[in-house]
Amino acid sequence: MTFDQFLQYIFSGITSGSIYALTALGFTLIFNATQVINFSQGQLVMLGGMVAVGFHEFGLPLWACFLASIVVVVLLSAGLERSAIRPLLNKGVMAQVIATVGASFVFETGAMMIWGRDALTLPAFSGEDPISLGKATVVPQTLWVVGLTALIVIALQLFYRKTLFGKAVRACSVNPMAARLQGISYRRVVLFSFAMSGAISAAAGVMITPISFMSYSSGALLGLKGFAAATLGGLGSPVGAVAGGFALGIMEALGVGLVSAGYKDAIAFVILLLVLFVRPAGLLGAKVVSRQ
Amino acid sequence: MTTLTPFFRRHVGYFVFAVVIMSIPAYLGDIYYLSVLAFMGTRFMMALGLSMLLGQAGQISLGQAAFVGIGAYGGAILTTRLGFNPWLAMALAAIVAAIIAGLVGMPTLRLKGHYLAMGTLGINEIIYILLVQLKGLTNGTDGITGIPSLSIGGLDLGGPKAYHLVVWGVALLMLRFALNLSRSRIGRSLRALHKSEPAAQSLGMNTSARKVQVFMLAAVFASIAGSFDAYYVNYVSPESYTITFSVIVVTGVIIGGLGTIWGALWGTVAIVVLPEILKRVNEDVTNLVFGVLLILIMIFWQGRSVSLWQRIRGRGGVRGDSGPPSREIEE
Repeated sequence: MTFDQFLQYIFSGITSGSIYALTALGFTLIFNATQVINFSQGQLVMLGGMVAVGFHEFGLPLWACFLASIVVVVLLSAGLERSAIRPLLNKGVMAQVIATVGASFVFETGAMMIWGRDALTLPAFSGEDPISLGKATVVPQTLWVVGLTALIVIALQLFYRKTLFGKAVRACSVNPMAARLQGISYRRVVLFSFAMSGAISAAAGVMITPISFMSYSSGALLGLKGFAAATLGGLGSPVGAVAGGFALGIMEALGVGLVSAGYKDAIAFVILLLVLFVRPAGLLGAKVVSRQ
Repeated sequence: MTTLTPFFRRHVGYFVFAVVIMSIPAYLGDIYYLSVLAFMGTRFMMALGLSMLLGQAGQISLGQAAFVGIGAYGGAILTTRLGFNPWLAMALAAIVAAIIAGLVGMPTLRLKGHYLAMGTLGINEIIYILLVQLKGLTNGTDGITGIPSLSIGGLDLGGPKAYHLVVWGVALLMLRFALNLSRSRIGRSLRALHKSEPAAQSLGMNTSARKVQVFMLAAVFASIAGSFDAYYVNYVSPESYTITFSVIVVTGVIIGGLGTIWGALWGTVAIVVLPEILKRVNEDVTNLVFGVLLILIMIFWQGRSVSLWQRIRGRGGVRGDSGPPSREIEE
């Protein structure tokens, strides 16, 4: 691998890494609020892309599709919380896993019935003309993905650190009972976390669709990789989720260069299993994973 | 005979079921129904294994299709490439499945339930990718054709009626094994660790090892079922072994009810018959129905020993109260 090829792989790794980072953030927001792992997280990303494609077919401009898709997925995610998560908050891990797996089936099959089985795409946000950076080239969409991801991550940080409601959400993730005693509405925090998670997932889905297409079945893989990224960074840590996402994206891209493109998708899971085996708290994880 | 009477009385549900299912080929000749029943037999094996893991020990696997795939491809590759006897190939594939389950189970089963679920999803995805990518061994997406049917000493068991007897014969043995296991010390220890792992540990149980063992057992059941399927249709291809299929097997166990071994049977009937009925309306809608069912059952779930069927009949949790099968309900 020459240095130019290496650069090229790094760029493509950062692009997919952005998507994994956002998906991992989606997992993290819900996990911190509820200790639930949402097994339909990847399907929310998929729906983000598919809904945007659907609106685009109606002739809406791209920015409107982007926003509309976020609104729709936020509603779906909040609906999931109200219908399937709220009754199960005290029913144990297994019930939550099974219910969110059920939700992933509903989202996936629903998407298939609406948009069919083919992979669909969106036009890139600002043209397809490649930009050369040194000897490597990137498509403009890459810059959109990385830029918007950075914007979302910074905005989230500001929100959770600086605003009162953001602090309330963080308080709930530390100790829900104590937070409730301070007059924080835990239910509102949980609902909000699902809505926020849906919004981030939808944004990720819309941004990646022009680069790598989207079909009803894309969600499972995206969700698994997002979870692998979150685990790699330490589940529950937003910084870890972002770092894990980029690390996973870059490792995957280099794996394609060094091994073979066919095994690209297996890399994430090998990493996931290795992390679980060696260091279940993740590389940056502050929280110790509790062993039942 | 007098000494045997209590034995038969205790297991009357099992014997009635065995007689009914084994006599089906005597009065049913329709190829379509026989093939549905044949697939039901192997789905039942998968559900039985998962029922022990999920229902008894309370650990979830979302990757049973990977082990089914190992059984199917193990059988296919060993018989077509190396000329192995199909039964020997089935046994070797089951050993491979057990080893892989052990390797995956050891790290993930120590952690919270989420991690086993994700770890098994990951293994399912890796196995699927390997089946597609290792073209020299698996023929990639084309799959492997020309897999021999089962036979015993020159007696061909490939016909629908003979195959029915073999597959359900093995399934009955597995059911007996699962029922006995769940009644044994091991079964009680599984339910103990389901209820409270710290309590089980404080009584001296090595809960991690126990969980890995039952996970490996579930993998062996799935692998054997996969080999049977491969010998029945004489063809394997990777798309049968996706995560979607794993979730469908989980759905079966959940529909049947988590606390009972017999629940695996009712759940299997549901996941085999429901798609056949829904197919006439709209094939795509099946998984949507399964997904909604999974959510609804979890929301209205009262306790792990209550099956959906019992709840519909308003007999939640009452034991020995609903005919022969529920005599076998273990709690």
